[in-house]
Formats: sequence, structure tokens, C-alpha cells
Amino acid sequence: MSLCSCSAIELLGKLEAGEISSEALTSEFLQQIAAHDATIHAFVRVNVEAALARAAEIDQRRRAGGPLGPLAGLPVAIKDNLCTRGEPTTCGSRMLEHFSPPYDATVVARLKQADAVLIGKTNMDEFAMGGTTESSCFGPTLNPWDFRCVPGGSSGGAAAGLAAGMTPLSVGSDTGGSIRQPASFCGVTGLKPTYGRVSRYGLVAFASSLDQIGPLGRTVADVALLLNVLAAYDPLDSTSANIPVPDYVQSVRQPLDGLTVGIVREHFGEGLDVQVEAAVREAVRVYQSRGAKVREISLPHSKYAIATYYIIAPSEASSNLARYDGVHYGYRTDEASMLAEWNAERRELAARGDEQALGNLDSPLVRLYRRSRAEGFGAEVKRRIMLGTYALSAGYYDAYYLKALRVRRLIRDDFDAAFRQVDVIAGPVAPTAAYPLGDKIDDPLAMYLGDLYTVSANLAGLAAISIPCGFTAAGLPIGLQLQGPPMQEERLLRAANMFQQATDWHTRRCPQLSTSP
Amino acid sequence: MSLSRQEVEKVSLLGRLRLGADELDQMTAQLAQIVGYVDQLSELDTSDVLPMAHAVEMANVFADDFVRPSCERQAILANAPKRDDECYRVPAVLGE
Repeated sequence: MSLCSCSAIELLGKLEAGEISSEALTSEFLQQIAAHDATIHAFVRVNVEAALARAAEIDQRRRAGGPLGPLAGLPVAIKDNLCTRGEPTTCGSRMLEHFSPPYDATVVARLKQADAVLIGKTNMDEFAMGGTTESSCFGPTLNPWDFRCVPGGSSGGAAAGLAAGMTPLSVGSDTGGSIRQPASFCGVTGLKPTYGRVSRYGLVAFASSLDQIGPLGRTVADVALLLNVLAAYDPLDSTSANIPVPDYVQSVRQPLDGLTVGIVREHFGEGLDVQVEAAVREAVRVYQSRGAKVREISLPHSKYAIATYYIIAPSEASSNLARYDGVHYGYRTDEASMLAEWNAERRELAARGDEQALGNLDSPLVRLYRRSRAEGFGAEVKRRIMLGTYALSAGYYDAYYLKALRVRRLIRDDFDAAFRQVDVIAGPVAPTAAYPLGDKIDDPLAMYLGDLYTVSANLAGLAAISIPCGFTAAGLPIGLQLQGPPMQEERLLRAANMFQQATDWHTRRCPQLSTSP
Repeated sequence: MSLSRQEVEKVSLLGRLRLGADELDQMTAQLAQIVGYVDQLSELDTSDVLPMAHAVEMANVFADDFVRPSCERQAILANAPKRDDECYRVPAVLGE
């Protein structure tokens, strides 16, 4: 079996046993990237020299018997919305194309401390807004299982890179499903930890009350390995949880006795693809065969989740993205042409004697903001800024934003009641498997509706994981979502690992990507 | 609730975006569709429900009050599209 298709835990074992050096291992993954990423485009930037130098340094330390971190020598890919000091962090946006942060995100610093080898930054929907990775200013990522299809998003590069054997571990972010849905579309495992479990310091903000960083890997045990490094209290993030972090690697292999799995009546309604439904129901039977009880539950407000999310997330985004002003950092319009345009407009209005329009004319500074933002942001980001600005504007704040915050509590209350009856909730990640590129690009509402099963976990602040549970007749992966109560990652990982011990869906590899010899 | 083109134009000023005529037309149609969808929340009676602003509801997280080094000014200014030695540069704000 090629090293590129091994699990991270297996690779770590080989490194520790001295069967392979980190430099050789890193070279393998870099070769896989060189061979296939011109097609897949999972990465926006690959750190060939820096990664090899870092690997060699770790090898040397290992040979000398020096202290080593828990990921020593393992390559890890980072989504390009996580700040890496002195290295571009673009968010897939023209706005940040030339931005190099002056500091590391806390998770990046923790990965460095853990002696991971950071091999590159992965592609994503612009500012993490989208479910297809098509809105990246660098062009789309393709699904390794079928190049005609999207890999999901927004962490599409993170998931596709894993599925294509280009990295053993990836770090993504999830605001409404951006780790779980691409994990499902690409046949890998992805966890959205509870809000507060992982520090958001240095994550470029999209919707601050929903954003959460999390691990992706080939197996649940790999995800546990990476979560062990990511999860920690961080004084630099005032919303990070100051509570002890369990050792997830230690516990992940222990099955859960007397597990009660909930299935949600409202999940199996209109719009759910029949093949996805069949795979999810079969997965629930797997739990039954392992001794779990299954109980049907109701989340009566789940049908309002998309509407609630698409008010709250754009509102927070419009506020967060106000920082991109063409002045402090990021893209700036050509000032001379902006001033020429502004002066010409003013002269024309003056010549016409249109005093009212003249009074309404924006100032050169406001025009600088508006043109820089219009040229620096793509269509989906503009749409969400507009939607959020509208929902927060005078006269609409109560009807939209405040209303959505109230419904958010009803959604959370539904989950609180459900978790009094069941330990975890099992269901689909997305209503369909991956679909062709371009399918939903001009129909934003149709794309938003694809987030039906994932946004609730962000709104309610739950932990949730996506694990492979089957394939469509066309050979595309299908994901199973497990949701657990806040801060119950340990329970969730153990329940997910029970499934992977009983099935082999997570061991399937993309047929058309022959790994390097 | 239908959205007018003028309203969308006003929102584009508030959101500090400059949209072309075609973009305004398309944005008006798409926003109207999305706003029409989210309007379904109005069918819920939420008069007795407290707004939930955050996934984890905590308040007043205090940091210890002591002086510590921050980022170097030059490291911060290095990303500015237009700057001098110690400031960001913007177009003239006061009249000509």
C-alpha cells in the first residue's frame, strides 16, 4: 500500500519505528501533489523547500533522541483562511491575494509546536462563503472521485487534498457545514468541534458566532489525533472554552456501551436523494447491529434553520468584512482612475445643475472604499455583504436579525430536548452527493438549501462529524453526520469510530489517482 | 416583502460596495428571492423567546491588565497598499 493512502496514525507508527524518515514521507506527498494537483487544484500554495527543510530538521532531532511533538514529521495541510506568519493567507480572494499576516493563528502555532510539517495552504470558497469551492479567485478545486464534480466547500481543497492522497491530515473551518459537507463529498472524515473548543485566533473571520476550526483526516482516529493538537483554551480568543481537554486519542477506540442513536423525523423529507437516504438508513442499522438503540426524535424548528442561518451569517459577515477598506491591508483600487471617475461625475452633475445628485455624491474616500471592495470581492461575498447590510439596516433589524436570533434559541432548545433522549443524532450531511461544477453557481438559494442538515450544529453550538457511509451508483461518496451535545467530542469520536470498526467505506481510495510508486 | 432597485442601491452604499447597472439588477432579483425565503420566520411567534446572540453564552471575559509587546508598526504597515513611514495614506478627506 502506498504511503499516500495510509492513515496518519499508521504513518506516525512508521516514523516512530524508524521505518521511514519524515523527509522521505514528505517527499512522497509532495510528489503526489506534483503529479495530480495541476488537475485537482486542492492547494493554492505548496511549501516544497520549507516543508522538506522542516522534515529534515525533525528527522535530525529524532535521530539525536531529542524531544518530539505528537505529530512529529507528519505533513499537515492548512486551509488558506488560517493566518501563517509571513506567508500569504488569501481566503481565496483577490482582496487578500498579497496579504501576509504578521502573526500565526493559534492553531498554526500549535501545529508547529507539535512538530507537524506544514506542506501548504488549501483552496476554499472566497472567505469560506459557499459549498463548492468554485468561488475561489484562484479557480475551482475538482472532486478527486469525479473531475466533473465539485469537492464541496468551503474547505474543498482540504477534503480533496486528503482524498487525492496529497496530505494525511488537513485543517479546515466550518461556519455552516464547511468541514462536514466537503468531507462527505470527498469520502473523508471531518469534525466540526463545539464552538469554543478550538481557538479562532488568526482565523479570518466570516461569522464570528458560528465559525469553528476543525480537523479532517482519513479515519476517525486520525481526526482525534489532530484534534488533540488543535483543541485548547487560548487567552487570545475570549470565546475559547476554559475547560480541560480530554485525550481524544486515548479514548477513541473505546466503544460506547448502551449507546442511543437518534434519527430525526424531519431529516427524511422532501429533497433528500434516495441513494443518500438508503446509505444513511443502512448506517443506522450498522449501529443497531453493534448493540445501539435507535430512537426517532423530532426537531420541530429544523425547517427554519436555513432561513435563520442566512440572516445571521451574512449579518455577521457584513460587519466582519467592513474591515476590508483598501487602506489598512488588502486590495486597493487604482487611485488615479478612481479620482478621475469621481471628478468627471462631479463635473457632469454640476454642468447639469443637479444639486440633489451633487449633494448625494460620495466623497473620494468613500469612493475608494466602494471601488476597492467592488473589485476585490467576488459575487457571492458581495451578495452576503448586501444581504447582511440589509438585514441589519434601520427598519429591518427587528424583523430579520433579531427575529433570527430568537429562532436560533428555539433551534437550540430542540436539540437540548433531543439530547435528553439520545446520546448522538445520526443523519445525512447533505441532501445529495457531489454535483457537477456550475450546477448551482447562478442559483444562490438552491446552493443555500444544500446546507439544510449542517447549519443547525453551528447555530446551536454543537459538535458534529461527517464519516463516509457509502457510495452512489455513479461512484460518488456519501457521508453520515453524527451530532452530539456541546463539548462531547469524545462521545462523538467514539461513536464514529464504532462505525469505522464495523465498515470499510473510509478505506476506499479514488480509483483514477494511481499513487506514486 | 419585495425589494426595489433603489433600496438595493442604498444598501450598496451602506455596505460600501459600488455595483454596476447589471450587477444591481441581478442583485435585486437574487436578494428578493432570498429575502422572500427567509420571510418564513415571520410565521413563528417568538414574542416570549430571548434572542440567542452566541453559541456559547458567556459574558465579561477579562484579561489581566498588564503591558505587553504588540506587533511592530512596520510589520503591520508592510501590508498597507499605500503608506509612508508611520501612517496609512488615503485620498484627501477635506476639500481641495
